Amino acid sequence: MLILSRKKDESIIIDEEIEIKVIGIEEGKVKLGISAPKNVEIHRKEVYLQIQEENKKAAFGKLDLKDLNKFFKKD
Amino acid sequence: MKLSTRHFGEIEIDESEIIYFNDGLLGFENIKEYVVIPNPDSEVPFSWLQSVDEPGLAFVITSPFLFIKDYEFDIPDKVVKELELKDHKDIIIYSIAVVPENIEEMTLNLKGPIIVNRNNKSAKQIVLENNEYTLKYKIFDTSKEIV
Repeated sequence: MLILSRKKDESIIIDEEIEIKVIGIEEGKVKLGISAPKNVEIHRKEVYLQIQEENKKAAFGKLDLKDLNKFFKKD
Repeated sequence: MKLSTRHFGEIEIDESEIIYFNDGLLGFENIKEYVVIPNPDSEVPFSWLQSVDEPGLAFVITSPFLFIKDYEFDIPDKVVKELELKDHKDIIIYSIAVVPENIEEMTLNLKGPIIVNRNNKSAKQIVLENNEYTLKYKIFDTSKEIV
């Protein structure tokens, strides 16, 4: 992993076309501005992790199909 | 071909029904081939997304529009290209449900919808980041969403 120090208003360029700029630093938060081509996906990592977690919960549920059908038909 | 399933034992499917997730599902990146098995009880609006290679792996899925009529999001250009989507009619959207032992607590993941191109059977789970949809939408109590 490459570690770089940047001050406010400084940026880094990745692969000539992605720019990440430090817009502001305050109270333990860094605000970043990211300029990248439209085909580059940018996500907050925790959202990805949450969806992984949710998929795992969905996969390992103890659901019995009959219970689900019964449940929906009692209404 | 024969397919071993979690809920239905061994069933016969047509290979053309297999949908292909190039990136798998998040957390299940290595499992790429699934089949949608409709609920034998047509009154119950949930289907199964059954892994082709892992009989024990099946997700409960449904159409989110049955529960949230105004559910909407943009499909990123990159995904439109990847799945070769050409028309709205090509698209099927599913949400994955988490069904705990108490079925009333069942939730839908609205933040990670599955997009399927019904023509070429390619599919992808996308991450909706910049909107307010929740990971845990309680379908039986819309007043209490867990964020």
